[in-house]
Amino acid sequence: MAQPASVTEAAIDTRGLTKRYRGGQLAVDGLDLAVPRGSVFGFLGPNGSGKTTTIRMLMGLIAPTAGSARVLGEPMPSAVRGVLPRVGALIEGPALYGHLSGRDNLVRYDCADPTADPRTRGARVGQALERVGLAAAAGKKARAYSLGMKQRLGLAAALLQPRELLVLDEPTNGLDPQGMREIRALVRELAAEGTTVFLSSHLLDEIEQVCTHAAVMARGRLITQGTVGDLAEGVRGRLVVGTPDPPEAVRVLKENGIVGLVVDGDLVTGELPAQDPPDLAELNAALVRADVRVRSFGTQRGSLEDAFVALTGEGFDVDG
Amino acid sequence: MSTAEERVAVTAAPVAARPRGLRTLGLFRNELVVTFRRWRTLALFAILAGIPVVVGIAVKIETSDGGTAGGEGGGPAFISQITNNGLFLVFTSLAVTLPFFLPMAIGVVAGDAIAGEANAGTLRYLLVAPAGRSRLLLAKGWAALVFCASGVLVVTVSALATGSAMFPLGDVTLLSGTSISFSEGLLRALAVAAVVTVSLIGVAAIGLFVSTLTNSGIAAMATTVGLLITVQILDTIPQLHAIQPYLFPHYWLSFADLVRDPVYWDQIMRNFGLQGLYLAVFGSAAWARFTTRDITA
Repeated sequence: MAQPASVTEAAIDTRGLTKRYRGGQLAVDGLDLAVPRGSVFGFLGPNGSGKTTTIRMLMGLIAPTAGSARVLGEPMPSAVRGVLPRVGALIEGPALYGHLSGRDNLVRYDCADPTADPRTRGARVGQALERVGLAAAAGKKARAYSLGMKQRLGLAAALLQPRELLVLDEPTNGLDPQGMREIRALVRELAAEGTTVFLSSHLLDEIEQVCTHAAVMARGRLITQGTVGDLAEGVRGRLVVGTPDPPEAVRVLKENGIVGLVVDGDLVTGELPAQDPPDLAELNAALVRADVRVRSFGTQRGSLEDAFVALTGEGFDVDG
Repeated sequence: MSTAEERVAVTAAPVAARPRGLRTLGLFRNELVVTFRRWRTLALFAILAGIPVVVGIAVKIETSDGGTAGGEGGGPAFISQITNNGLFLVFTSLAVTLPFFLPMAIGVVAGDAIAGEANAGTLRYLLVAPAGRSRLLLAKGWAALVFCASGVLVVTVSALATGSAMFPLGDVTLLSGTSISFSEGLLRALAVAAVVTVSLIGVAAIGLFVSTLTNSGIAAMATTVGLLITVQILDTIPQLHAIQPYLFPHYWLSFADLVRDPVYWDQIMRNFGLQGLYLAVFGSAAWARFTTRDITA
């Protein structure tokens, strides 16, 4: 993922990007997104949070109401013809010509690109099919493809040329677990070659597995963005104590400043205070001194899912 | 999944080296392939090819007892001449298909041009390829015109084949009474086919414009065909004679003037002018709409 030092501009850079649809609905509200070159960038958000509208604005399909977007350093949508040949995209699922074979679908999309060389078309189409594991089914009519195969063909269309940026909207949708693993491996492989990957997904563990950076959107606004590590760290870890004496444990932990205590069978969990957290070894000693029998003791690292839930306010707040 | 090592290195195309026109041609050629491979296109051609056969058989049956087709000047143009000369089946068939079958077929193809891609979702992938909005519209427009010419050609060839199989061929007696050789008659038939093709440009332009307005291919086709029927009806209401010279089908049957000696060019030229006007107005409207709209499908 080594980048030349001269390339300092972001792969995607938006300033106050806003889209208000004709009905007055504000789909995207003042988005400031910065996707570093060479990153695998996860774009998270519940349904209707403005992810797809953002992607469509980045790809020049819809015009922003206000603000600006730069993709690979060039302004969109005015530089569409110069930028998009360097970008591969999978937007809101694949779309294919059912009456054409998989191979002919790719030929059609390649013909649409004015920078694509017709002399290498056959070879590039073959490679793209190979890369997504569709070579054997290339001659079949696309309407006979399963959802997973269509998804792969959509990906193949994004890989017809060497790309600097890949925009993948829910790339593992409709794939079986094996297919998902293959696509994730492919994304890692592409990233290793230096391609920036912008990946929207609702699968948090997918983002956690393959992404280096992530942004979270809700109700048209950007909630946060940064490296995946930073985002997950932002969530305080929870203390988990396994003990046959929960009531005693709760009392001792409360005395030591642990908040949000929850008892679930033999497990007592609680949050370490943000300010001046107690030393964990001292805490454990305190429990033992109070004759609490401790079976297990440790902290659970915050996951991206916790961060997501905390940031978007989606789901139940177990702490009350 | 192949590994990176297995793949052959293919470099990106030399962008600047290729002239602009050729690049547009690639998309246009592919557009033709995609259009002509559709079952729908082939079915429309089959219907168009069938009409001259039906007309030929009907004339044959009606005249088998020695009578004349069309009785006392009734029926479509030229129908009474077919029994003397099979070549007239070309003129009759074009006169029969021009008011409805041909423009309907064009309405289906032109109406579906952009809206059908939007409906299938393929439009967004063509545009991020990036096809370029003007370039895509141009390729669609050219493909629609080629479809017009192909449809007319299908009718012409089918009529010629049916006519020569069922009826005698020979010197052609024109509407003005003079006689010309069969080969010159054949040339006139081709000229008529060309004029009929030009006559369909207006419908194609309207269809393309309607196609940029909606994300439903069916709606665009229905609107275009509905519009065609409405205008055809308006063209027959005598009280509307003031607007009729501006209706696109008004001079359609002027192609018959090519079968005179000398040829009456007046109406044919008006037809060309009118089709050009429709192409200019609806072509620019389609361009203005398509290059500025949000693609949400």
